[in-house]
Amino acid sequence: MKLPIYMDYHATTPVDPRVVEAMVPFFTQHFGNPASRNHAFGWEAEEAVDEARKHVADLIGASAKEVIFTSGATEANNLAIKGVAEMYREKGNHVITCVTEHKAVIDTCKKLEKQGGRVTYLPVQKDGRIDVDQLRDAITDKTILITIMTANNEIGVLQPIAEIGAIAKEKGVIFHTDAVQAAGKVPFDVNQAKVDLVSISAHKMYGPKGVGALYVRRRNPRVLLAEQISGGGHERGMRSGTLNVTGIVGFGKAAAIAKAEMATESERLRGLRDKLNAALHAGLDEIYINGSMEHRLPHNLNISFAYVEGESLLMGINDVAVSSGSACTSASLEPSYVLKALGAGDDLAHSSIRFGLGRWSTEEEVGYVVEKLTSVVRRLREMSPLYEMVKEGVDLSTMQWVTH
Amino acid sequence: MAYSNKVIDHYENPRNVGSLPKDDANVGTGLVGAPECGDVMKLQVKVNPETGVIDDAKFKTFGCGSAIASSSLATEWLKGKTVDQALAIKNTDIVAELSLPPVKIHCSVLAEDAIKAAIADYKKKQDESKGVSAPATAQPSA
Repeated sequence: MKLPIYMDYHATTPVDPRVVEAMVPFFTQHFGNPASRNHAFGWEAEEAVDEARKHVADLIGASAKEVIFTSGATEANNLAIKGVAEMYREKGNHVITCVTEHKAVIDTCKKLEKQGGRVTYLPVQKDGRIDVDQLRDAITDKTILITIMTANNEIGVLQPIAEIGAIAKEKGVIFHTDAVQAAGKVPFDVNQAKVDLVSISAHKMYGPKGVGALYVRRRNPRVLLAEQISGGGHERGMRSGTLNVTGIVGFGKAAAIAKAEMATESERLRGLRDKLNAALHAGLDEIYINGSMEHRLPHNLNISFAYVEGESLLMGINDVAVSSGSACTSASLEPSYVLKALGAGDDLAHSSIRFGLGRWSTEEEVGYVVEKLTSVVRRLREMSPLYEMVKEGVDLSTMQWVTH
Repeated sequence: MAYSNKVIDHYENPRNVGSLPKDDANVGTGLVGAPECGDVMKLQVKVNPETGVIDDAKFKTFGCGSAIASSSLATEWLKGKTVDQALAIKNTDIVAELSLPPVKIHCSVLAEDAIKAAIADYKKKQDESKGVSAPATAQPSA
């Protein structure tokens, strides 16, 4: 087993060697610009992009023409939300999203609000899922877009996408989903889910960074978007800029591998994740899973270790790469807004660790992480005044804390 | 975030972790911070009533590595100091000793607050035992 251990596959993934192999010739040999329509260099690049487009489309049950390549999912989310708001301005100005969305969606929605748009941020229930009745009630005749993620990047919770899609369809509202964490990991089909716009990213599925895609439905309904990057009219005029051919080829290969191996890979990772969860629970008391276990990505686990602060936990397992919802690990010095939205209390957000398993995670690594984490939590609890007070029978919620 | 070697050392080998009997008249207890803010420090001093010198100091901290290091360092510095010398410890001394980056300065502030709260508690107990009415302190009540 090699140290350090990578267990942060929600942040990014290493590029699969098969993907690298597919990309390499497009740096030096087949370096053409697919927009060069009059020579062989352009043609072979275009052919490669077309093939990749087909693979990406196949992964989500779309047709190749519905895939718009972007620089990543942040751009795809921006294009979807701003593009719809601008294009359908006459129809309305209301967007519905939810409080646990990725910042690429939340901040884009905030921008719309600054420009006079109206946004409803639906709360989530204790399990991290929205209440679809609340969604239905929030829709008005001015609602032009619903944007709800497929799977959350922190807690891995899957939203009821098909139910949301059915409501959107019934009400005639465009439905966008950020499927970055779900695509290639769990079955996802644009027609089954009745979604109109889908953001995905290559680097979350063992492809390269710097390339993503937005699925834009062409039929029932045909969705139009106002371009956000102007130029040569690439990508059906929705996203100008010379195509990132090497990245797109890698994305295509990564999507093809994900589609072929998803079933076995997700079962293997679910087994590892369940083992990790069971072993942590066997070794420690007062640990709490954040979000639904039933509606969850198979490779995700997010646990709060009560009475221990997350950054100090990470410091104790410094040869394991995981993330924490603790304020101290974020640039904003605020604890995770996703965990806060679950209503479990800020203290549990500070004590959380996100585990993301992936293609190269092993049982041995899981065993190492369990052993190390268990001993660090025990050590830090011995040092924790909160743990001591609770063991003495003090109810922490009745304490009057001197906040600072 | 990269930690200084001193922070890592205090985190890995914290000095004076533990608790002193909080009902002892010569023990002062400071409890500062809040769980929802992500850090809580409990710092205790045991003062020799004859000499006014701090004989022993203990801490327990819920918080990041820098918070643990700040309180561990504080207990180290407190031992052997008089109460008045202890009150002269400034958070900036802790920042300098541990090379804390700007985002971690609040950890040192909390440690200074914990020292002051512990000593205030000690003084309050002393005054009470002498029958003098006590001033308000930062000590939280259950």
